[in-house]
Amino acid sequence: MSWFKKPKQKITSQKRELPPDVWEKCDGCGEILYSGRLAENDHVCPTCGHHFRIDALTYAGLLLDEGFEEEFDTGLRSADPLGFVDSKSYRDRIEAASEEVGPEDAIRTGSGRVDGRQVKLGAMEFRFIGGSMGSVVGEKIRRLAERAVDERDPLIIVSASGGARMQEGIYSLMQMAKTSAALDRVADAGLPFLSILTHPTTGGVTASYAMLGDVILAEPGALIGFAGPRVIRETIRQDLPEGFQRSEFLLEHGMVDQIVPRGELKERVSVLLGHMC
Amino acid sequence: MALERSEKFEKMRERLTELKELSSREGIDMSEQIERLEDQLDAEQADAVAELSRYDRVKLARHQERPFTLDYIERLCDDWVELHGDRHYRDDPSIVGGWASFGGRSVMVIGHQKGRDMKENLARNFGSPHPEGYRKAERLMKLAEKFGRPVLTFVDTQGAYPGIGAEERGQAEAIARNLLVMAGLRTPIIACVIGEGGSGGALGIAVADRVLMLENAIYSVISPEGCAAILWRSRDQAEQAAEALKLTAQDLLELEVIDEIVPEPPGGAHTRPAETARAVGEALERHLAELEALEPDELVRLRREKYFQMGAWEEA
Repeated sequence: MSWFKKPKQKITSQKRELPPDVWEKCDGCGEILYSGRLAENDHVCPTCGHHFRIDALTYAGLLLDEGFEEEFDTGLRSADPLGFVDSKSYRDRIEAASEEVGPEDAIRTGSGRVDGRQVKLGAMEFRFIGGSMGSVVGEKIRRLAERAVDERDPLIIVSASGGARMQEGIYSLMQMAKTSAALDRVADAGLPFLSILTHPTTGGVTASYAMLGDVILAEPGALIGFAGPRVIRETIRQDLPEGFQRSEFLLEHGMVDQIVPRGELKERVSVLLGHMC
Repeated sequence: MALERSEKFEKMRERLTELKELSSREGIDMSEQIERLEDQLDAEQADAVAELSRYDRVKLARHQERPFTLDYIERLCDDWVELHGDRHYRDDPSIVGGWASFGGRSVMVIGHQKGRDMKENLARNFGSPHPEGYRKAERLMKLAEKFGRPVLTFVDTQGAYPGIGAEERGQAEAIARNLLVMAGLRTPIIACVIGEGGSGGALGIAVADRVLMLENAIYSVISPEGCAAILWRSRDQAEQAAEALKLTAQDLLELEVIDEIVPEPPGGAHTRPAETARAVGEALERHLAELEALEPDELVRLRREKYFQMGAWEEA
């Protein structure tokens, strides 16, 4: 008599184990993507357009004809000026990041060509302590800017950073003044500075060189702001509006010139340099 | 702790005055007693200052009765004409600025301004500026440059305001622009940290040829509470964070980020504001006289060079 009774079937959701390096899940739409295909698409989801995080050298490869033809100041290391220790010592954090990401700290700088035109490029490395700016990042940017002035090349910086590196205390704050002073020299020399903002660019980096571009481009959907959303929420005790501090919000408020999908970035940079060089 | 001590010291000083008066009035030789009390006072004050923890200084720097920017302007300047507005959006009362006479010359004075009571604090947003404040400061600095007048800034903020409007109107851009403008301004700039030097919100008016700091002022990339919340995952660890951040005037002088410490009375600036203002005025005058001797090109070159040196790195 139980012919109408539906056999109970246990609903199981099996977690799909993704073999590393072969498949990646999109944070935007949840689509499972083949890594090779993703790389061909500049690490942008073909379904929803979500921009995956890419590292500094990948940006160099994306923007420059042959990547970095020369990389600068790879031997600079933080000196831990305060002997900073919280739950972990700063030295240990540096060491762990160096092993995982490479010892070049949170920015790679070098020279190369964009459609044959010589440029000086800096690209930040978010995976190195959240792309935070300490003395090494500041000094690498200063030297890069000086080289741009000496060789009369345009300057491009791709930012991705949580802000100042608090383990370097007041020195990290002073890097904001230092990098801005370096950019003032570039401006005096009549050379263009192009700032490209990627996810995320916040804090002391936004409040210094990142917002000082003659032209500022942003990747779609990037979080860009002075204060982080959590700090703002805690301060004002209200929910933040939809899309707050995203690239599209900044474009609407007049803070960036254009939002450029990664696949069009090089071409746009090339045209812009043509107008300004 | 610092405050209780300062009351004790005040009592000792009163006692000293009484003894001296008594001694001269009655013609009794009390020099031995007086000397002993003076030595004791000196020693205890020295101990008290040495014993101040970094977080004690944080509390002193935030003391509600501490002199603020307008107090220094009133005590040190004549012919003060406050100038309002950024010409884009509104006037931000968290930053005040305007022309003033200082030591017989016209100067542009700019500073963060906290409120004395709740009503004034609400109007001044507790001294936490919006972008308009920084843009007003930028306008006034360029005005000073146009007429070849020096810029004096007083730094006293817990930080630039983290709010929706501030982000919409470009808080980051406003601060960044000031850093660039100050790096190249062709007139002398002296900044004096009088209370809290809170991160980018402080630096936004503090890129200068000379940076002075009151003895109990603090200057830091992040508040000890904010740092504790992130790195120790609890705001209760603020004392520990203050130690790690090295944010006192003495720390910053050792790190060569500031040029001079302006001494405060033993109990803090608020116990004798006139004396504190005199010390600030004396230091400003001395540095200004040095800077006024320099040509604008040289001034800018030296200022940039100073900031180019900042940081600590090793080179393999």
